[in-house]
Amino acid sequence: MTDTADVTDQEDLANGTGRLETTAVNQVVIRFAGDSGDGMQLTGDRFTSASAMAGNDLATLPEFPAEIRAPQGTLAGVSAFQVHISDHEIYTPGDQPDVLIAMNPAALMSELGRVRSGGTLILNTDAFDQRNFDKCGYEVDPRTDGTLDGFIVHEVPMTKLTVVATSEIDVKKRDAERAKNFFALGLICWMYSRPTAPTLDWIEAKFSANEAVLEANTVAFKAGHAFGETTEMFADRYEVAAAPYEAGTYTNITGNTATSWGMIAAGQLAKLPVFLGSYPITPASDILHELSRHKNFGVRTFQAEDEIAAAGAALGAAFGGHLAFTTTSGPGVALKGETIGLATSIELPLVIIDVQRGGPSTGLPTKTEASDLMLALYGRHGESPIPVVAAHSPSNCFYMAIEACRIALKYRTPVILLTDGYLANGAEPWKLPDVDSLPDISVSFTTELNAQGPDGSPAFHPYLRDEETLARPWAIPGTAGLEHRIGGLEKADGSGDVSYDPGNHSHMTDLRQAKIDGIAKDIPAAEFSSNGEADTLIVGWGSTHGSITAARELLKNEGVSTAHLHLTHLAPMATNVAEVIGNYANVVVPELNKGQLVKVLRAQYLVDAKGVSKMEGLPFTGRELAAAVQEIRNNQEALS
Amino acid sequence: MTDVTLDPTKRGYWTSDQDVRWCPGCGDYGILAAMQFLFTELDVKRENTVFVSGIGCAARFPYYMETYGMHTIHGRAPAIATGLAVARPDLDVWVVGGDGDMLSIGGNHLIHALRRNVNLKILLFNNQIYGLTKGQYSPTSEVGKVTKSTPAGSIDHPFSTIGVAAGAGASFIARTHDLDRKHMIEVFRAAHQHKGAAFVEIYQNCNVFNDGIYDAIVKRSVRDEMMIDLVHGERILFGAQKQRGVVIENGEARVADVADVGLDAIVVHDSGRLNPSLAFALGHLSNDNMSPTPFGIFRSVAIAEYAEGVNDQLLAANEASGPGDLAALLTSGATWEVTGR
Ligand code: SF4
Repeated sequence: MTDTADVTDQEDLANGTGRLETTAVNQVVIRFAGDSGDGMQLTGDRFTSASAMAGNDLATLPEFPAEIRAPQGTLAGVSAFQVHISDHEIYTPGDQPDVLIAMNPAALMSELGRVRSGGTLILNTDAFDQRNFDKCGYEVDPRTDGTLDGFIVHEVPMTKLTVVATSEIDVKKRDAERAKNFFALGLICWMYSRPTAPTLDWIEAKFSANEAVLEANTVAFKAGHAFGETTEMFADRYEVAAAPYEAGTYTNITGNTATSWGMIAAGQLAKLPVFLGSYPITPASDILHELSRHKNFGVRTFQAEDEIAAAGAALGAAFGGHLAFTTTSGPGVALKGETIGLATSIELPLVIIDVQRGGPSTGLPTKTEASDLMLALYGRHGESPIPVVAAHSPSNCFYMAIEACRIALKYRTPVILLTDGYLANGAEPWKLPDVDSLPDISVSFTTELNAQGPDGSPAFHPYLRDEETLARPWAIPGTAGLEHRIGGLEKADGSGDVSYDPGNHSHMTDLRQAKIDGIAKDIPAAEFSSNGEADTLIVGWGSTHGSITAARELLKNEGVSTAHLHLTHLAPMATNVAEVIGNYANVVVPELNKGQLVKVLRAQYLVDAKGVSKMEGLPFTGRELAAAVQEIRNNQEALS
Repeated sequence: MTDVTLDPTKRGYWTSDQDVRWCPGCGDYGILAAMQFLFTELDVKRENTVFVSGIGCAARFPYYMETYGMHTIHGRAPAIATGLAVARPDLDVWVVGGDGDMLSIGGNHLIHALRRNVNLKILLFNNQIYGLTKGQYSPTSEVGKVTKSTPAGSIDHPFSTIGVAAGAGASFIARTHDLDRKHMIEVFRAAHQHKGAAFVEIYQNCNVFNDGIYDAIVKRSVRDEMMIDLVHGERILFGAQKQRGVVIENGEARVADVADVGLDAIVVHDSGRLNPSLAFALGHLSNDNMSPTPFGIFRSVAIAEYAEGVNDQLLAANEASGPGDLAALLTSGATWEVTGR
């Protein structure tokens, strides 16, 4: 427990002789909020990076409106970024912010309710005028009517101070004002003793093309930092020590980046070129952006005319021998269903990544939800079983992307990988794997004839299956002698010829199911832990992992032991699920949907599992989940 | 291999072992034969040839060619073939579909494959009807068409297929018909030689649900007066005595008697114009099955091919940054070291 992050920077402002001694705190939850044009996502992101470099454990929750620029100053336009940093392992972006930075009255109004009582508010008072009060609906100045009683309030004229600080620079007034988020960032970095070098370096690199903006942002950041240091406004300065990490090289990663890198890695591990067919959709587009940047890995990206073409092009590339995938979110999966059906029938590897968001229909494009599980498991025409896997943390997206590819390639099947908006945009420190330790997922193409034709001559049968995996041969165009035709019509077992034979269809249906069921033998046991003599098992999947872990810690503090089973493989499920699930009086299944996994578990294992649901576009907080588990336990006790 | 006894110059070499299941008398047979004969003359390999199709009668085509083949989803063949052609620029990829497949459910994919100029040879078998689903009107059926789904007559305005292709900026546009094997072979050959998306409309007779719709144009007895042969660099003349021709007036193509307008007024066909307006105008020359109709190559221009562009960008990236290094990728963001003590 004595490991520390090795971050040194002699010239770092944060290490200067301060006016104040720092107070050590174990953790803090900070929420940056402002107008969507105020750069709050960037500010939060930079603070997160600086904290990662300082060795903290962290989790983030970016929240932004679906509109690119909702009307300025309105509640609809508020964009927020919450970051939880700590000197110990944490699992969620925090239940309640300790500190809220509000760049305008709308941000204050929209976010104040979340802040813990006694928390700190830092307000950009330059935006606190009647016009802005009117826009968000404050009838009187909230600073004067008792609204902020019980909070520690710091009023800072950030816009003015930024304009003054940048007055020496030849920069447009608009650009000077826009730099106020860097002022806020500088102030918070001072307050929490963050190293400044990472931010200054980043500004330098990011704005190198525009000298004036680079300078303005640098000056604003330093001014914010100096403001904290020199004014008497702030009586406390804090330090959050590094968390006790395992030795290694770390980077700060979001789920979408981890997914992208996982797919690139999978191509390398499979020794295959990677093909991504995609159509822009929130919150998945960043995967397309990231893959497009890495063409030197042999990655081809194709921005298709629609979701259907994106999946279709990927399937065409798979026929040609590429590691092919398509990325989307819920509505896009609905459109791709037809292609996934064809891929199931022609048995080619295809990975479909669904970054889930609030639905139905356009729903909540920028908010998280995990309500596509049933769609992934069953949302196709006909009997078309396919494997479904899900990532449970931002960095886990990397490994699950590789796993989805491994299964798809080995079993020649479409595989759906579920992540969600929270994982996609949330960040965490990631101990980088040793590249050599990643699995070899390569498969070989068929190059030889494998059967006999009706006349006894050697022939190629594209549906002659591997006895162990039941996978069919993957013979790609360009292979002489193995010319064959595949399609969506039912095929005769073995020869692959079109067949309408009733017995054959029944047999092929069973074979397709058996192939997928058999994958259960080839996947790791579901992660299981128990922190004492427990009567309650919490079964989770996907991004609820962190919330469940946080809830279990709270319960443990109240003397309640629990067990946790977390599923990364939803179809087929690991064999230990059946063994574990029957051993508990209470089985609780928290989901960001109306109870989808819980239905599957009840059907598959005949257990009286109880669901806990949340449909607010946000992850569970540890507290609400702990309370829900307690309620289920109490109800159960009352019954017995 | 099994092929040693087979002669690639014989039609059988390109014929699969599957029984052909189109209705007897269907125009598709003639098209299949033309294609197989063409292949006996091309210097290409079976293993490097892929036929991709959607759904419909025409879409059964790949099953009958002894090449690689993919019988996919209604309308999606151009999209699926695009992925294959981009992934595997070494392959010869053909797309086959009907008017419902490619202009109705797959219209979007068709226009985008043409717009991008993906190296695909796209054959649209136009029989102006849904055959496989037993006779509903299609997006190329004429106004007033009485079918099972339009007992009171269709009120849809049909597409001009050539107009759609020209509007999408297709770099190669041609038309042929199922009764003239030689013409088909020459048009297919030109499409095959073209680098980029080649769009070929084939007037195809569905003798079960829409028999004889093109008779007034393509029957041997009327051909001279009804078929307009497009020849690059030559005046667009037709008729037994070349007594008629096409003139362009106010941007519109119309048929005129040479005697009335004079030979100089007859437009000289230029398939190589970058601007597709001539192809568009010629495509709209006739909008029924009863007036003189152009056949041959409407347009053939050399513009950048899509798959090559994609692969060039890969090569350029490789040259600029070297081959991908996974360990370097993972450490490409800000990183920090934690040392155990
Ligand atoms: S229905 Fe028409 S197009 Fe289809 S196979 Fe029969 S004749 Fe040919």
